[in-house]
Amino acid sequence: MEEIIISTIQRTMVAGTPLLLATTGEVLCERSGILNLGVEGVMAVGAVVAFIVTMTTGQPWLGVLAAVGAGMAISVIHAFASISLQANQVVSGLALTMLGLGLSGMLGKPYVGRPLSIKMEDVAIPYLSDIPYIGKALFHQSPFFYLAIVLALVAWFFLERTRLGIQVRSTGENPKATETQGVNVYAVRYWSVIIGGAFSALAGAHLSISYSKSWVEGMTAGRGWIAIALTIFALWNPGRAIWASFVFGGIFVAQYLMQPLGISPNFLAMLPYAATLIILLVISLLDAKKLNAPAMLAAPYKRGER
Amino acid sequence: MIQITTSDRFNITPFRSFMTNVGSLGAGILAISVVFLLAGVNPLFAVSEIFMGSFGSMYGIKETITKAIPLILIGAGLTLAFRAKFWNIGAEGQLLMGAIFATWTAQALGNSLPATLTVPLVFLAGFMGGALWGIIPAILKIKYAINEVITTLMLNYICAEFMTMLIVGPWKGKSRFGFPGTDNLPDAALLGVIPGSRIHYATLILAVICAVVLTVLIYKTRFGYEARVVGENPDAGKYAGINFLKTSLILMAISGGLAGFAGVGEVAGIHHYLGYPASVSSGYGFTAIIVAWLAKLNPLYAILSGIVFAGIIVGGDAIQISLGLPAATVQIVNGILLIFLIMGDYFLHHKIKIKFGK
Repeated sequence: MEEIIISTIQRTMVAGTPLLLATTGEVLCERSGILNLGVEGVMAVGAVVAFIVTMTTGQPWLGVLAAVGAGMAISVIHAFASISLQANQVVSGLALTMLGLGLSGMLGKPYVGRPLSIKMEDVAIPYLSDIPYIGKALFHQSPFFYLAIVLALVAWFFLERTRLGIQVRSTGENPKATETQGVNVYAVRYWSVIIGGAFSALAGAHLSISYSKSWVEGMTAGRGWIAIALTIFALWNPGRAIWASFVFGGIFVAQYLMQPLGISPNFLAMLPYAATLIILLVISLLDAKKLNAPAMLAAPYKRGER
Repeated sequence: MIQITTSDRFNITPFRSFMTNVGSLGAGILAISVVFLLAGVNPLFAVSEIFMGSFGSMYGIKETITKAIPLILIGAGLTLAFRAKFWNIGAEGQLLMGAIFATWTAQALGNSLPATLTVPLVFLAGFMGGALWGIIPAILKIKYAINEVITTLMLNYICAEFMTMLIVGPWKGKSRFGFPGTDNLPDAALLGVIPGSRIHYATLILAVICAVVLTVLIYKTRFGYEARVVGENPDAGKYAGINFLKTSLILMAISGGLAGFAGVGEVAGIHHYLGYPASVSSGYGFTAIIVAWLAKLNPLYAILSGIVFAGIIVGGDAIQISLGLPAATVQIVNGILLIFLIMGDYFLHHKIKIKFGK
């Protein structure tokens, strides 16, 4: 029984990690007023690039760096379309997802079914990992897990406590007033989209070089979209994103826990998606007005317009 | 020094709009050529192969029309939803739900009723399946303020899993030798095809009729006006006495229902049984988003843009074989074309002057 509990917590953390990374990135991006529906596509690109670079160089961290670079580069497309050309953000994000999924399928084709011989080793935190039960469950994890939590906390501190973070938030709330304060709204939004893309790519890298250690087309399996829903669930706060993501990690794990009970695996596979809908419904029933969404989310900003 | 100034353009003629689309597609094809070059494929050869594969032979043309049917149906429905700024990304699930309802009706009635009764009932059931899957997000959006992009997407995944659950479980056919999938639909439920092709003409005719009727609905009726107001100016809509819930329910029932029709066509016209979701749809719901966008949200133009993108799918299949490119190539092509199409709107709405000199 102990074994089961420990491994369940451990797997919940593993399943929640990519969700947390992607959600943190999307929070950052949406706080600046840009809705980026390209998460799923950028994640796929991150996954495939991390996998290819890790496999060819034997250096997982080089794979991570390459994935982040690729994620940032491809996000520029959405930034340019939605910020400079004021294009429809919903459609631009969808296009980015199509492009990302397509590129990942093309790049990854020769690598399908080839397992990674060098993997990113789990790290045990000294002393903390010796704590009975939770030590093994929480402090003997993939580096991505610690990275995700640290980055979420940093993002929270950045948004809530730093001058630059306030600029990002006010850019999403009232870009015109922000511009009169001497802030370059376009630059803030560009960077928010690009950094958000880096986070999505990190989430993808976790999937391919730590979580499953292989590349399969479509392996992101809708996690990018769930991250967008988690952004709402976390009420645009990276701190809340931490527990929100691990709640969802638990739902992913519940699929496998319930399978021995004789329930259809396809029915269980619906769980994360159905839970997303149910949780959004619950949030809305509780208090839709206090959702805290950036006021100018998805509204293009045009310099010099009244 | 190069100085670039932009100003708004107000006189947008249909001709300018058309030329902008052509320009956007041209620029998109250039960008795609770069991707082909990087993949080590001669872009001129690839683009001509895509064109020859889809429009260069009788077989190609027949296949293109076959695949245009679901794209026209779904694309036309999406133009209505998108006009109301209802971002229906769930046509994939709506198509599958239509296919599920159609299969169920066909299996239940097809052995006792003649084709003249079964086929219309199967179409009706397909419409209802798609409509049901379309109005759920409409209710969630209008009554509970839940973002429709997320809900329609989640419903896609849910429907695909539900369908798989059916075909590996209770609906698994005895004639499939243990493989997932239902038994073949009864003959009375099958759609006729143009001899020597896979074109199920009943659905083709239906698609064209739907596009025409929707065009009338959007441009000539009070409902079409209300749908546009719902999308463009929700505040004004309230004063004009528009019932948001009712309007949204109707427009999503239509949009989802047309995707359901597409599901009927795929099951009763092509496959003749319900198999895996990916084989029933192959991404029509997503491709139709670009179809609607290229049509400038005009359902009548969706006929033409549906044929264009059906050609890209068929031509994409052709270059997979002849050039050894992966299936994902079509997604790249679609993604790039969509990006260029929406970016093109900027040049439609803005005048850009470039000055050289000091």
